[in-house]
Amino acid sequence: MRNVYLVPYVLWILLFVAMPIALIVYDSFFDVEGNFTFANYAHFFTPVYMKMTFSSFWYAFLITAFSLLIGYPAAYLITRTKHKQLWLLLLILPSWINLLLKTYAFIGLFGTYGAVNAMLETIGIGQKQILFTDFSFIFVSVYIFIPFMILPVFNALEELNPSLIYAARDLGASPWTTFRRVIFPLTMNGIKSGCQAVFIPALSLFMITRLIAGNRVITLGTAIEQHFLVTQDWGMGATIAVFLIIAMAVIMMVTGNRIKGRG
Amino acid sequence: MNHRKMKFSNVYLWVVFIILYAPIFYLSYYSFNSGGTMHGFDGFTLDWYKEVFADTRLLVILLNTLVIALFSALISTILGVIGAIAIHRVRKRKNQNALLSLNNVLIVSPDVIIGASFLIMFTIIGIKLGFVSVLVSHIAFSVPIVVIMVLPKLEEMSSSLLDAARDLGATEWDVLTKVVVPFIKSGIFAGFFMALTYSLDDFAVTFFVTGNGFTTLSVEIYSRARQGVSLSINALSTLIFLFTMLLVVGYYFINRRGLVSGRVERNMDWGPPNK
Repeated sequence: MRNVYLVPYVLWILLFVAMPIALIVYDSFFDVEGNFTFANYAHFFTPVYMKMTFSSFWYAFLITAFSLLIGYPAAYLITRTKHKQLWLLLLILPSWINLLLKTYAFIGLFGTYGAVNAMLETIGIGQKQILFTDFSFIFVSVYIFIPFMILPVFNALEELNPSLIYAARDLGASPWTTFRRVIFPLTMNGIKSGCQAVFIPALSLFMITRLIAGNRVITLGTAIEQHFLVTQDWGMGATIAVFLIIAMAVIMMVTGNRIKGRG
Repeated sequence: MNHRKMKFSNVYLWVVFIILYAPIFYLSYYSFNSGGTMHGFDGFTLDWYKEVFADTRLLVILLNTLVIALFSALISTILGVIGAIAIHRVRKRKNQNALLSLNNVLIVSPDVIIGASFLIMFTIIGIKLGFVSVLVSHIAFSVPIVVIMVLPKLEEMSSSLLDAARDLGATEWDVLTKVVVPFIKSGIFAGFFMALTYSLDDFAVTFFVTGNGFTTLSVEIYSRARQGVSLSINALSTLIFLFTMLLVVGYYFINRRGLVSGRVERNMDWGPPNK
């Protein structure tokens, strides 16, 4: 039996998976005038780009950490509620709302006369600059990414055999010990795929950095967008993209590709 | 003690819930504000909604967005089903895994990379940036999602079913349309809805591959948001919110129907868009 279905599908892979990556690598060897050069790579290892890469990773790390810190308990508590499917749906539903609209809402919420500042005023703290700070950037990013953390952790918790928890309790483990020694290690896969689903896009954010962080935060994503659409230096943009792809591959290897092993 | 723990868990969930919904309701609330800002509610008005419906340019953009979403979801569903069947039929486990990894590249790739690399590709091939380039990119990044949604359904299908059909004299086409497709229907619908929401939601990829003449809603909101606040956007987003709710509820019920073994849910890992 010949597999004729492979033809269009492999064609799709070649055109939209293999070719784009090849073109990114190819483009990274050319300067603005179209001459072959290694200068982009040399340029990438200068302090300016190194600092940017470092801060990009640092922000992505913070965003992932906070997502996990808030998302894990939320996922855990959902599994303990009576209508867990409904709760899960309610918590991931906002992520179906257009990303731009939610980000736009935060411009209003965090603005000088926004709801948050009005509240701060009422409780006597007074008006603060919230928009265009690291805080607002991380808050909005965590807000955007949290469903991606809740879902895989929730699934991992659901797969957990409850008799293991009872066994731990029977053997005299405190709730905290049960969590630390049984629940947490057994849901590691969910945590890993959650972190993967947050960290990689967090490295490449550019829209939130522009709208919420007011260009104060520059991530790898912002730099790529800048080079491609503003300065038109595609070669340099492609070089940064190459490093982003490498970073992505490394993260995938560390956290394990969960979809690949589905099951 | 159990009772108190339940209480705490409910409080925590409610707080998360409220924070997640706050921006959406905030936007909707001020869409009725007769004052022109997102602070200080002056009075109730439907003017902003009228403005949305009077704004032909915005309506055209909305139409563009819907057309792109529907077409890309439809085409990527067809391609994705073909892809899933292709992967399913590959005998060697190693080759199957290799194909799956390639399939997942676009799912895990940051949008910026997809956008930038497609921009290079379209420029080299000579496709004019605009409707076609946006449509093609949306199809390209939706295909792997459909594959991921359909493949588990195919794996649930027993191969003796196909053998039986063939023994009874069914042609390849009959097997596909009368046995395979009906069996994996719920996966196909889930994939279609996912592709639809991914397309409606996409900003970053579209932003890269769209030319001067063509915009989708996300890109339009981005440029408007950079200029400052306008409450017609609030009105529009309220409408979109309601529309999305309808979509999600539809998707949820379709998914529930196919929820026999609970496997569909696990495949929602990559769930909602907004990468």
